[in-house]
Amino acid sequence: MTANSLAEKLKLEVVCCPCPEKEVSGVYIGDLLSWVMGRAKEGDAWLTIMSNINIVAVASLADTAAVILTEGVTVDEKITETAAAKGVNIFTSNKPSYETAVEISELI
Amino acid sequence: MSEPLVFTFKVDGGDFTSAGQASVQVKKNLNQIGFPPEVIRRVSIAMYEGEINMVIHADGGVATIKVDENCIEIVLADKGPGIADVEKAMQEGFSTAPDEVRGLGFGAGMGLPNMKRYTDEMTVDSTVGVGTTITMKVNY
Ligand SMILES: Nc1ncnc2c1ncn2[C@@H]1O[C@H](COP(=O)(O)OP(=O)(O)OP(=O)(O)O)[C@@H](O)[C@H]1O
Ligand SMILES: [Mg+2]
Repeated sequence: MTANSLAEKLKLEVVCCPCPEKEVSGVYIGDLLSWVMGRAKEGDAWLTIMSNINIVAVASLADTAAVILTEGVTVDEKITETAAAKGVNIFTSNKPSYETAVEISELI
Repeated sequence: MSEPLVFTFKVDGGDFTSAGQASVQVKKNLNQIGFPPEVIRRVSIAMYEGEINMVIHADGGVATIKVDENCIEIVLADKGPGIADVEKAMQEGFSTAPDEVRGLGFGAGMGLPNMKRYTDEMTVDSTVGVGTTITMKVNY
């Protein structure tokens, strides 16, 4: 399933989606950046509550399909701009990470 | 390829707003050269962890990436405090990261283990009070 249709199906809020066609093939949940770097797989949707500028580089370098900020966590404008420029998709959700992951698992 | 291609980046210390910039640029360069995604991903992850370590632990340094005929070599050199016990530092979970960077998601003690895991060769040359040079190779 592509990143943008995932956002649509899950009714996620789209913060930015510069690469809508990226294929989502799994999920990784975590907030510690080195864990994400080491354990997330290419094409994973990365579910996190960590919302600072460093998530953009991590998502980009680890080749995740999208960052989904759960639990109603928001991002500031600077992050959105950088993510858009670096080709990193960012969505937000008011739901917890677990529920979001379960919903993704039903779709992919 | 006759002459190896070399990219050099100065990495500023303590700057978390643009941390990882050099790695992002290297990824872009390797993409343009046409390396397979899996090779690029391994280089990107290993270099990012080393770059961030220089930002957090060593007040910056220099990253040099050399594209050789059979491998990509990443050298991260700093004049920071050095690592007293390299073996211990290489263990998963060991971290001396200060609280303020832990709040940003760093400090899991997984950076050096990731570097080891994603590269084919890694050497850490460190002297307390002088600095640290980490050399990694990713074969392709
Ligand atoms: N360039 C360096 N100069 C001095 N000390 C370093 C350097 N790189 C690593 N260290 C030391 O080794 C420890 C382990 O590094 P490692 O990258 O594995 O974890 P971390 O940076 O603390 O956390 P993480 O990488 O998971 O965010 C560091 O906490 C620090 O004490
Ligand atoms: Mg580290």
